[in-house]
This record gives sequence, structure tokens and C-alpha cells, in this order.
Amino acid sequence: MKIVYAKEELCLNCRLCEVYCKTAHSKTKDVLKANKYENPAPVSRITVYGDKMLSAAVNCRHCDNPKCVQACITGAMTKDRKTGVVSVNEDKCIGCMTCLAVCPFGCIKTGKFAVKCDLCQGEDEPACVKNCPNRALVYVDLGGAR
Amino acid sequence: MVNYIPRRFTVVRDRELCIDCGCCVRQCSNECHYFSDDGKTALVKSDNCVACHRCVDLCPTGALRIEKYICDYRDNANWTPQYQQEICRQAETGGVLLSGMGTPKPYPIYWDKILLNASQVTNPSIDPLREPMEIRTILGRKPEKITVEKKGKSTVEMPPQVIIETPIMFSAMSFGSISLNAQKSLAMAAKSLGTLFNTGEGGLHPDLADYTDCAIVQVASGRFGVHKDYLNNSRFVEIKIGQGAKPGIGGHLPGEKVNVEVSNARMIPEGSDAISPAPHHDIYSIEDLRQLIWSIKQATDNKKPVSVKIAAVHNVAAIASGCARAGADIIAIDGFRGGTGAAPTRIRDNVGIPIELALAAADQRLRDEGIRSRISLVAAGSFRCSADIVKAIALGADACYCASAPLIAMGCHMCQTCNTGKCNWGIATQRPELTKRLNPDIMHERVENLINAWNHEIKEIMGGMGINSIDSLRGNRLMLRGLGLSEKELEILGIKHAGE
Repeated sequence: MKIVYAKEELCLNCRLCEVYCKTAHSKTKDVLKANKYENPAPVSRITVYGDKMLSAAVNCRHCDNPKCVQACITGAMTKDRKTGVVSVNEDKCIGCMTCLAVCPFGCIKTGKFAVKCDLCQGEDEPACVKNCPNRALVYVDLGGAR
Repeated sequence: MVNYIPRRFTVVRDRELCIDCGCCVRQCSNECHYFSDDGKTALVKSDNCVACHRCVDLCPTGALRIEKYICDYRDNANWTPQYQQEICRQAETGGVLLSGMGTPKPYPIYWDKILLNASQVTNPSIDPLREPMEIRTILGRKPEKITVEKKGKSTVEMPPQVIIETPIMFSAMSFGSISLNAQKSLAMAAKSLGTLFNTGEGGLHPDLADYTDCAIVQVASGRFGVHKDYLNNSRFVEIKIGQGAKPGIGGHLPGEKVNVEVSNARMIPEGSDAISPAPHHDIYSIEDLRQLIWSIKQATDNKKPVSVKIAAVHNVAAIASGCARAGADIIAIDGFRGGTGAAPTRIRDNVGIPIELALAAADQRLRDEGIRSRISLVAAGSFRCSADIVKAIALGADACYCASAPLIAMGCHMCQTCNTGKCNWGIATQRPELTKRLNPDIMHERVENLINAWNHEIKEIMGGMGINSIDSLRGNRLMLRGLGLSEKELEILGIKHAGE
């Protein structure tokens, strides 16, 4: 399946992916309102780790056999059989954060519920990829290999 | 220590728009943006701002603006603020003033005083979208005369020729003065456009091995990275005598910029200063130049044309004639508005002559002497748009060298601080955290788009003139008219005044 890959040799550490992720997952979809005024503030599902010398954006790998899905005690975390996207059903999630504890990539964020990358379902390209100024994020199917 | 120079710019942050994402903080290599101690509020300190616009362009909410810092001095037409500030800078440092890019001084730009012709009634114009339009350019020495055998086959042995698909080539910018990513972007663009890029004097980096068929390799006074394979891995070899931005001056790449990569490409020890002497110490005359040209032709088995690049100086026409007679196949003339990675400011702003006059004078001289066909003329020194290129070709250039325009396409904002090595756009720097900002995959597309756009415009302009081949435009000065030029200027340019 297509997921977001980060090319650390091109990552600028600008963290605009975080800004646009928040915007895409906000109520208003407006960059200013989402990042400044919305309450509760939207959570970025992608995080840039590192410093100016070396940095990379990390978000959900949508694993073939996701630990978060196995660990979920309410069945809120599921992997879609067709699309492969791992997502949280907010009606079922009780915010126990077991998924956060088991995720080997640290890609579950805390909000009222577990929050994670949904690859901007419904869009051609996730917002982080679309807005990366240096094409350090790519949305491709590499079968798990870089 | 108090420095007596007010800052140049103020960075204005609109607090209503700022979301404190810190993009600006992490992008500015001049450290104009920083966070408050709690890391929550982005703050501004404008002292080091060079107006490169990196923060402005990347700010997701448009919260940043660069303003000129206005601090009036008592009016003085002679002692302008700029001269006062430069004196203060020298009083502080005791050094030669250095600058990057071409001269910003308001010297006359003749391109803006030359107008182009178009067809009306008496001759038809051509629609380039419906009819073939040839802008393919062939550089190199042309035979003196053509002889054919009975069946019409040519019996002339053709000197080596270089065919490019557009009259625009990328001028010399060495690896060292610009980043490898920048050079690679140009190489990729050149390959896909069917034109050439120029390695400058910094040698050819092994990563560019795939692009040798679109490379011009330079032999400059420092002879950095020159060896037999370097000369042969090219389309033609260029001997750099001078550069428009700093005629008569050598180059100095400081040791700090000579990292492993640069040291390998230049074949000099890591960390050592790369000094290009002002003259070639084996060229003190036209006869010496002839020897070097001959040596290079021997080393390349007579398969590569040899170009000589000279700066446009007062005697440029005579010098060009000398170069032609010394055996050069191509002569590149670099006008005084040409760019540079670093040049002494006084040299950049005061030495040399405009390319328009130099080109017209050299072309005329070579024609008068009957040796114009022996060489191809390449003009350099600030072409800002396709119309400048059309005018240069009509003045007699075979092709043009462009560098500043492709750099602008890659993000350069002409902040003129290339010499500091802090280029926020990853162009004129070797710092790894900055060079990675320039992704060749994006930038080669932008450069290609620019040149393709110019190609379309050149065809459009030619079509308007009723010319369908760039060869018919070359040296066709009847297509040009001067506006507001003196008799003498018109005479040198070899064009008539508008209305004549």
C-alpha cells in the first residue's frame, strides 16, 4: 500500500508537515484558525524528530500486522482490509492509550482519544506530502522497503 | 563593540498571523528569528537580515514581511549613506569589501534601450505554434569554404561542432562557489533541455559523471581538477581568462569551504585555500594562449572545440580577434554586469564594460577582419529575459550564457551575500544543513520550465519578425533599433535609431 516515506537527507526541519497536518485534521481547515484559535487544538499526526543537521518526519507506518490493532482492548483500532489504512474509531476508543504504549514507531498521539495518521482519507495525497517544500516526504508504495 | 552601520532590513512579524510554528526560527541561517525561553513565542532580531526571503516564502500564514530599515542621514548627494556605511565597515575590519552576484549600480542597461522589429504587411510574420521554428544552435569553428565532390557530397573536413537545442547555456559556476545540489540541478536541466552547463574552475564531481555529455569543463588559472579525463569528459573545454564581475582578478575559495568533496573535485588538500591567480602564469601573451589551446586540443585528440572566456574590457574587440587567431573555436565574452560568488566590491562595481557594447564591437571587428566564421561568439553578463537573448543574438552572439536567471529559478533572491557561505536557499554554500534544502529533483524542473518558457518566447519573437531560424537572426542588426541613445552608442552597437 501507499504510505508516507520521509527522506531524511532532504528534510529541512521546517516542520511545515506538522502545521499542515493539524490544518487538514481541524474543524475549520484554515491554517490560521487551526493552528491558533481552534479549541480543542487539533493534534498533528506527524512529528519531525532531529535537528537542523539531521531530521525526519515520522508518522504511522500502517504496518502489515499492526501492534496497535492487536493491543486495542475495545476493537477501536482496525486495519482496513481493502485500503490497508490503520484507523481509530472514535466511537469505540476509550482513550486507554495501550496502542501508544505498543507502537514501535511512537506514531500514536494523545488527544481526547488516540490520534493517528489516517493518510488524509479522501484526498489524493496526504496534506504533509502535498505541502512539503523540499519533497522530503513522498507518498508511494514501496512494499515496505525504502 | 558599537558598529556605526544601521541594519539594512527590518523583519516585521504580524503577531495576529503568526502561529509560532517556528519554521522561520529553524530556517534562518543568519539567526534573525529565535524562540522565547519557554519555546512558545517566536521573536525577531533583524540585525543580520539580508532579505533572502527564506522565512517569508516558507511562512505558512504569511506573517512575515521584510522592510527596508529607514534611517535617514542628512541629505548629501556625494556622501551617500552607502559610501558612509562602506567606510565604516572598512574602518572596522581593515579589509577589502566583498560582494556576491552582479553589480547593483544603476549603469545604463542597453537591452532596455534597444527595440525589436516585427513584420507588417510587406512581409509575413510566422506563427511558431503552426510552423516549424528552428532555435537549434551549432557552436564551433566553421570551415573557410565548402568544397563538394561531383555527387554533391562535402569533401570538407568539419572541425568539431557542438549542437545545442537552444541558444541558452548555463554559465560557469564551480562546485565550491555553489553547492553540488545546485550544480547537479543545472546538469540535469541541461541534459533534458539539450544544452550545456559549465563546471566552472572547480573540477567535475564524480556524482556528475552521468552528465559529461552536457558539460563544459573549465581550465582556469588555478588549474583545479584538470586532468586528461576531465578534459575528455566534456562537450567542449573552456579556458577562463577573465570573469565579467571581476576582470583582472583571480579567485579565492577560503579553506573552510574546502571540505572533502571540494578537495577531491579540485585535487587540492582539504582545508587549504583554493587560490586562482589573477593571470594564468603560463599565458602572458596571445602566443602563450595559442600554446595552451594547442595543448588542450592535443590532450583531447582534436575532438573538442576549445573556448576562451574573457571579460568585457576596453580592448575587448582586439582581444577577441587575438583569441580567434590563437586558435580558439569559441569566444565567450562576459559583460561587467555578470554575477560572481565573491568579488571585491570596488572591482565588481567599477571595472569592465557592458556586454551589449563589447559584443557588438567584437562581432564587428571579427567581421571586418573576415574571421567571424572561424569562431562562435557566446555572450554572458546578465540576461534577464528572453528578449535580452534575442537582442544579443541579433547583435551577433551565437549563444548566451545565463547563470543568475537559473539561480533565481532555484530560489536565489539576489541578496548578494554569496560570499558569506550562509545561503539560506542552499545554493552558494557548502554547509550540509543548508545544501540539503536544494532538492535537485525539484530544481531541475524549475530551471527547465524557465528555459522552455524562454524558448517559446524566443520563437514567438522570431515569428513576429518573420524569421523561422535563429541563424537568420544572428547578427541581423537591422532587426534592432536604439531608443534614446547617442550617435556614438548607436555607431558602436551598429544599429539605427528608432524611426530611421
